[in-house]
Amino acid sequence: MRTWVSRHVGVVIGAVALTLFAVVPFVGVHVAWVLPGTLDIVNSTGTLEVLALCFMFAGVAVGYDLMFGFTGLMSLGPVLYFATGTYVFDIALTRWAWPLWPALLLTFGVSLVLAVVLGAIALRVHGIAFAMVTLAFAQAFFYLIESNPHNLTAGDTGLALSYTRLPSFLSGAVSNTRSLYWLALAFLVVAYAVVWLVSESVTGHVFVAIRENERRLDVLGIRPYRFKLISFVVSSLIATGGGVIYILVIGTAVPSVVASTTVTLSILIMVVLGGAGTRWGAVVGAMVYIYLQQFLDKVSAQPSFTTLPAFLRVPLSEPQFLLGAIFVLFVLFAPGGIAGQVGRFRAWRRVRALTVDASVDQ
Amino acid sequence: MSAFLVITFSGIALGAIYFLAASGLSLIYGLMDVLNFAHGLFMTIGAYLGWEIATRLPSSFGAPALITLAIVGATLGGAVAAGITELVLIRPLYGKPISQILVTIGLDLAAVGLLMGGFGSTALQIPVPLWLIEPTRIGSMFLPNANFLALGAGVVVLVVLEWFLARTRYGIIIRAGVENREMVRALGIDVGRAFTLVFVIGGAMAGLAGILYAVVFSGDLISPTQGDSLLIFAFIVVVIGGLGSIRGSAVAALVVGLLQDYTSFYIGGHSGWAQIGNLSTVLLLAVVLEWRPRGLFGRVV
Repeated sequence: MRTWVSRHVGVVIGAVALTLFAVVPFVGVHVAWVLPGTLDIVNSTGTLEVLALCFMFAGVAVGYDLMFGFTGLMSLGPVLYFATGTYVFDIALTRWAWPLWPALLLTFGVSLVLAVVLGAIALRVHGIAFAMVTLAFAQAFFYLIESNPHNLTAGDTGLALSYTRLPSFLSGAVSNTRSLYWLALAFLVVAYAVVWLVSESVTGHVFVAIRENERRLDVLGIRPYRFKLISFVVSSLIATGGGVIYILVIGTAVPSVVASTTVTLSILIMVVLGGAGTRWGAVVGAMVYIYLQQFLDKVSAQPSFTTLPAFLRVPLSEPQFLLGAIFVLFVLFAPGGIAGQVGRFRAWRRVRALTVDASVDQ
Repeated sequence: MSAFLVITFSGIALGAIYFLAASGLSLIYGLMDVLNFAHGLFMTIGAYLGWEIATRLPSSFGAPALITLAIVGATLGGAVAAGITELVLIRPLYGKPISQILVTIGLDLAAVGLLMGGFGSTALQIPVPLWLIEPTRIGSMFLPNANFLALGAGVVVLVVLEWFLARTRYGIIIRAGVENREMVRALGIDVGRAFTLVFVIGGAMAGLAGILYAVVFSGDLISPTQGDSLLIFAFIVVVIGGLGSIRGSAVAALVVGLLQDYTSFYIGGHSGWAQIGNLSTVLLLAVVLEWRPRGLFGRVV
């Protein structure tokens, strides 16, 4: 028993965390400083919404990890597929009053076509150029959304989601925050399962081989191109799923929030912060990132905060500055992110246990 | 016809600024394999330093002197910021290209956040002398003076850079490093110093591009995210021109600048097409990649 648990410690922790998060909406505990302000009751609407955002980004991050961490493709354009999820779904429901399922089908259909076509073009170049090209495509998509073609996206004013055609448990009412919370959690579970299955499959092993040495695969007669495209498309579709969850939870799509490069960089930071190529690292990284972002935002809005001197107040009131600085420190001093540190700690303990055993033997 | 010529001239001026922004990026990548995400930040720092100089110094200096000092300050500011970045953040991460990209991304986010906190996210106005706003009349055309400034800066930098790379000792080391870094190191030359130098040169050009873009194309306005949006076009120019090639950057910058100006002038007026100028550059990138993945002047990788 002890060996099973210690060998599957990750599975156990994951299952416990999942159960705990699943019952959070029933727990009305008041925890000071979870989120300052009115949000410190664990199952308040605000807290559930923040957690739903955490789950949603965790799912997108683990999807990005499949492409970046496992396949070694540094795309700087995941936001394109995230925004596709948000906007196509939003437009189908709001502008055309489509029912839920056709809207979902259209959203994923558009995302699939975009991912295959743009991925096929971008993958013609390698490494850094690939990063630049995906970035340029995503930026073009941002401009497209901003320009409000045919009055579809409402441009910079943002497009609020019309809930009329949605099943009642998903409609924007505050009482439905619980169902949206569970939906976001379910999305994370599905995204994680997909990434797990793909990365543990034969295809997934080819992904890792591409990351390690693409030339060698070529020599072995395996064309890496198609595998890279598969990785790119799967990852993009997961991002699209995240975009759909986003619009359901938040209810409004604004280009600068949903479609800008900042989203891409956030996802990249989440994965690197947590530890690329480990799956669970991406999940932890995303949760920490979103939580910190929201927490810092709330802290700087506290009335006592304005009494600080300017040289402290200005940097501390910008979550972007603090998150960027933390990220720089991680890249410099803790490569491998949170997962890397945990791995190092476990290795250290194993070594210590061995030396203790050895001294007992003597 | 005269509208066409005015648009052409403005497109060339835009291309000159893209060249300033892109060539440093291309050189840094060519020598060090670093995708420098903080390049946009160097542009922004240049612009803000220029603004500080132009607004803080007493106006008795006169507007022309102030804007000259602002441009010089922006160039130096970009150079210093880039030099510090290379020494403090890039140097400890030699041999880890992905980490180097990540650290520049983190720096960019952090510093732009700080600028937003310090200066606010609303745009600030740089005071410029009147003649910079006025046009010059050539034949029947009125050409904006600011465009001459951008074009002049672009040409001067191109000539100086070509001379530096072709004729000076460090220029030759940099060119050799772009071709084959290991060989240069094997010959006993300290490539590390060349790395810092390339960052300083790139940063100087970025700072210059940052303030010139504000003065010439955005109505003397600067904002914390301006450099980052300019960076996207610099990326497009670098990939089209071929990574590591200065001449490639120059040609691609000109093509991208002209294309962007033509499309936004002739098509962008129609409703719903306002972003066509920006979109067309990405389309051009896609076409070039399909036809020639290494870019116009790029080496075979």
